[in-house]
Amino acid sequence: MKALCYNGVGDLRTERVADPTIINPKDAILRVILSSVCGSDLHLLNGYVPTMREGDIIGHEFMGEVIEIGSEVKKLKKGDRVVVCSILGCGECQYCQSTQWSLCDNSNPNAWIPEKAYGDSPAGIFGYSHAFGGYAGSHADFIRVPYADRGCFVIPEGLADEAAVFASDALPTGFMAADLADIQPGNIVAIWGCGGVGQMAIQSAFLLGASRVIAIDREPDRLRMAKDISGAEVLDFSKVDIQEALREMTGGRGPDRCIDCVGMEAVSEGLDYYYDKTKQFVRLESDRPIVLREAILACRKGGTVSIIGVYGGLVDSIPMGAAMNKALTFRMGQQHGQRYIPRLLEHLQKGELNSGFMLTHKMSLDEGMKGYDLFNKKETMRVVFAPQ
Amino acid sequence: MANKKQPVSRVLGMGPIEPDVSGSSRINVDDTERIWSAAGGALLATYGLRRGSFGGLLLATLGGFMVYRGASGYCPMNQALGRNTAEPKAEDRAVDSVEIVKSLTINKPREVVYAYWRQLENLPRFMFHLSEVRQLDNKRSHWVAKLSDGLLAKTLGTVEWDAQILEEVKNERLVWKSLADARIDNAGEVRFIDAPNGQGTEVHAVIKYRPPAGQLGSAIMKLFNPAFEEMIKQDLRRFKQLLETGEITTIDGQPSGRKSEQQSGKKPVSEHAKADEKHESAML
Ligand SMILES: NC(=O)c1ccc[n+]([C@@H]2O[C@H](COP(=O)([O-])OP(=O)(O)OC[C@H]3O[C@@H](n4cnc5c(N)ncnc54)[C@H](O)[C@@H]3O)[C@@H](O)[C@H]2O)c1
Ligand SMILES: [Zn+2]
Ligand SMILES: [Zn+2]
Repeated sequence: MKALCYNGVGDLRTERVADPTIINPKDAILRVILSSVCGSDLHLLNGYVPTMREGDIIGHEFMGEVIEIGSEVKKLKKGDRVVVCSILGCGECQYCQSTQWSLCDNSNPNAWIPEKAYGDSPAGIFGYSHAFGGYAGSHADFIRVPYADRGCFVIPEGLADEAAVFASDALPTGFMAADLADIQPGNIVAIWGCGGVGQMAIQSAFLLGASRVIAIDREPDRLRMAKDISGAEVLDFSKVDIQEALREMTGGRGPDRCIDCVGMEAVSEGLDYYYDKTKQFVRLESDRPIVLREAILACRKGGTVSIIGVYGGLVDSIPMGAAMNKALTFRMGQQHGQRYIPRLLEHLQKGELNSGFMLTHKMSLDEGMKGYDLFNKKETMRVVFAPQ
Repeated sequence: MANKKQPVSRVLGMGPIEPDVSGSSRINVDDTERIWSAAGGALLATYGLRRGSFGGLLLATLGGFMVYRGASGYCPMNQALGRNTAEPKAEDRAVDSVEIVKSLTINKPREVVYAYWRQLENLPRFMFHLSEVRQLDNKRSHWVAKLSDGLLAKTLGTVEWDAQILEEVKNERLVWKSLADARIDNAGEVRFIDAPNGQGTEVHAVIKYRPPAGQLGSAIMKLFNPAFEEMIKQDLRRFKQLLETGEITTIDGQPSGRKSEQQSGKKPVSEHAKADEKHESAML
C-alpha cells in the first residue's frame, strides 16, 4: 500500500510499504477513506517530539471502512463506516473503565520510554512517535486498529465523511477542553488558538453554557471562521494587547475560564517569543509556554485554566505566584475520545455542532509533503488526505 | 536504583530470601560467563537498537560485542588484559546478589491473578526470555531460558535450571529459589494484595540473582542489570496486559517505511508476534 512516512525533521515521503494485517485478536483492519493533518503532527515534523524514527507512518485523525476483523472483535463487522479515536484505549484497565481513556495502562507497548520521563506511561497514539507506542498512522491506504471495538465508532447514516472525520480528534479534543474548563451557565470563556481544536472548543463552550467566547489568534482566515462559523468574538494578538483587551472586555474581572488550544509551539510578537525560541533551540527548554503564561495572567480570580494544547517536556517561567494567589484551578490532558465521540456524532447529526468547514483542502497521499507545508504555514485550516 | 543504600524490597518488607551461591556465582568458568555475555549482549543490542540515538548505538555496539564474545568464547579485552576467565583467580569470590523490584496493579480479582501465576506453565506466555517452565511436582519446576535464535542457540545450547517453591500462601504470596548448580542463581518473592477501592490486585515482585563471580562478574552486572531490570518490568507489564485484555500489546509485524521491515507486514517474524500467535489459541 501507499503511506506517508516521516523521514526526518521537515521531510515526509510517500512510500510503498506492506499492507497491515491482524496481529492480535481484538484488531481490525480499515480501508482509510479520509485522514486529516493535526497541529500535533507539526510538533513531530518540526522536531519537538523525540523518538520518531525514519520510516514511521504518521497521521492519527481518520475514518474509514472496516474490511477485516480479528477473532475477538464483537461489535464491528466488515463494511461498517467508522470514525476512530486517535488515542488507543484497551477498555479493560482501571483508567479506561473510569473513562480516562488517554491514560490507558495497556495500549502503549513502549511504556518503558515515557515511564522514564514522566514517571508513568500514558496511552498509545496512532502515528505519534515511539514514546507513544510507535503505532503505524493513518496517512495510508489501510490501517490496523487494535482494541477495535473500543476505538471505532459507527458513523450515523446521513453524516458526511467530511464532517465525521473530525470526530476522531479535533472535535473530541476541543469538546474535552471545554468540558475540563467546567463551564458554568453565563461564564465568559477565552480560547487561545483558532486551529481545528480551537474552533471545536469555541462551539463546545457555547454548547456547555458559555454566554460569550473570546477567541485569540493572528491568522486572518482562522479568526474569520472563529467569528462567522463558530460564533466567537475575536482578538488578533498581533494587533492588540491581549491582557488589556481581555480585562476591558470582561468588566475588569478577566475571563472566567481560559483554554489553551495552542500548546508547545506558540508564537508571539513580543520578546518572550525569542527568549523561548532561543532556549528551545539550545535545548534548555523543550516547549514554548507563551499561551499558558498569558492564560494564567488573564484568568479571573478563582477561575479555571484548561490546557489541551500539547506540552511534551519542560517549560520555563510559569507565573506560579499568579496562579497560587489568584486560586486558579488547572485541568489538562490528552483527549479521552471514547468518552465523548458517541455524543458528539449525535450533536453533529442534529446540526448542533459544525465540523465539515474545517476541511479546506482535500489531497492525495502523493501530495503529503505539500499538504503539510501548507498547513505549517497556516494557509489552510486542515488538509485532509483521501487515499484511494 | 542500584546506588541507593536501602534495597527497595526492604521498603516493601519483602525479599528475605537470597539466591544460593552455587552455579552462576561460584563456578567462574568461561562457559557460564559466555552465557551471561550472550544473553546480556542480546538484550543490550535489542534495547540499544530500539533507542536509536547515539547512546543507543553505543549500547548496541557494546551488545553486539558481548554477543560475539559469548558465542565465540573469545574476549579481546581479556586477551589484552592478559587474563583468562577459565582459570579461577583468588580474588574471584561470589558477588553480592542483585535485586530487581517491580510493582503494578492489575484490574482483576486476587484469586484470578494468583491462579494464573501459580500455573507456572503460563509464565513463558508473558516472560519472553523463557521458552518453557515445567512443573515437576507441586513444589519443584524446571525452567528453560530462551537465548535467541540461530548462531547463539547453536553455540550455547539451552540454559536450564530447577527451582523450588519454598513458601506458598494461596492468593497471597509465593517464594522460590533456584536449586543447586543453576546457571543463573536466582530467588524471588511475589506478593498479591488487594488494591484499595476495588482497583484490583497489587502485584509486588522481588527477584534476586547472582551474577558470575569475580571482578568481571561485577562489571558484567553493572552493564547488564539495567537491561535485565527492563526485561523483568516488561514481563510484568505483559502479565497485566494478558490478564486485563486477553492479549499482549504490540506493534511487531505492522508496516513501516523502513526497508529492513518491509516484509514484516505480511508475516509476523519477531519474538513478540510469535508469542502472540500462541496467545490467540490460549486466550483467557
Ligand atoms: N490533548 C489532545 O488530545 C490533543 C489532540 C489534538 C491536538 N492537540 C493539540 O492542540 C493544539 C492545537 O491543535 P490544532 O490542530 O488546532 O493546531 P493548529 O496548528 O492548526 O492551530 C494552532 C493555532 O494556534 C495559533 N497560535 C500560535 N500562537 C498563538 C498565541 N500566542 N496566541 C493565540 N494563538 C496562537 C496558531 O496561529 C494556530 O492557528 C496543538 O498543540 C495540538 O498538539 C491536543
Ligand atoms: Zn491530533
Ligand atoms: Zn486501558
